Amino acid sequence: MTILIAFACGLLFGGGLWLSGMADPANVLGFLDISGHWNPILAGVLGGAVAMTLPGFWLLRRRGHTVAGQVLHWPRRWPPDGRLVAGSVLFGAGWGLSGVCPGPALVLLGLDGVKAVVLITCIALGWLGGRWVSQKITRTT
Amino acid sequence: MSAAWLAALGGGVLIGTAAVALMALEGHILGVSGILGNALRHPAQRWRWGVLAGLVATGGLARLLGAEVPPLFAQTGWGRLVASGLLIGAGTALANGCTSGHGVCGLGNRSGRSLIAVAIFMSVAVGTVLLSRLWGWGV
Repeated sequence: MTILIAFACGLLFGGGLWLSGMADPANVLGFLDISGHWNPILAGVLGGAVAMTLPGFWLLRRRGHTVAGQVLHWPRRWPPDGRLVAGSVLFGAGWGLSGVCPGPALVLLGLDGVKAVVLITCIALGWLGGRWVSQKITRTT
Repeated sequence: MSAAWLAALGGGVLIGTAAVALMALEGHILGVSGILGNALRHPAQRWRWGVLAGLVATGGLARLLGAEVPPLFAQTGWGRLVASGLLIGAGTALANGCTSGHGVCGLGNRSGRSLIAVAIFMSVAVGTVLLSRLWGWGV
């Protein structure tokens, strides 16, 4: 059951990425490119999404558990640290290079062949490397 | 409001609804980079594979419905693709999130860490595209 619910959430999320145009790097780079004719439409995607998560998460925090009464796993909200800053810089550079972030990369994996496989493989390898570095830092500080 | 704006907003609403649904039903944040990386570290925790399969299935469905690979993605050079992927992976592991985890979920969760992350990665992405254009890297 759990895996089916998760699958449905992934499908809905992917459908939203597709409908909004996020799965096409031309739209994403058009949004990130302020030098030519800027395409502001992707601000609408984040706006529409946060318009749902803001009240949704607020209600869930008040309830304090899932529909089935299980624990909610909330990430740490504060404080920022060097890893957050450095990681965001690296991620921003990677995102700006291709116009694809991890969600759209997985949607493209279902649509395309080799290129998306290479991209996802590199994301996964980079993630495991970044995670290893992050744990080293945790141990030495 | 143009059709493109409506599609963007509507798509955003679907994305946000999926994130709220995953927290309400499973108790987890829908952050794609963390789900991908942690699925590899803890393969027995199956919910992550469900989310990943759903995302890939969307692309498969689009393909069945006759969608084509976005031309710009098909044209992206291999070197750029590899560099982009490695940077995205390492960056999201260190920052603990990407556009979905920090953007869609973190901002909705009123997280200060996420607000800082989004401000930084958006600015750096804009700067990267600008440099690409200036130096004639194309795409």
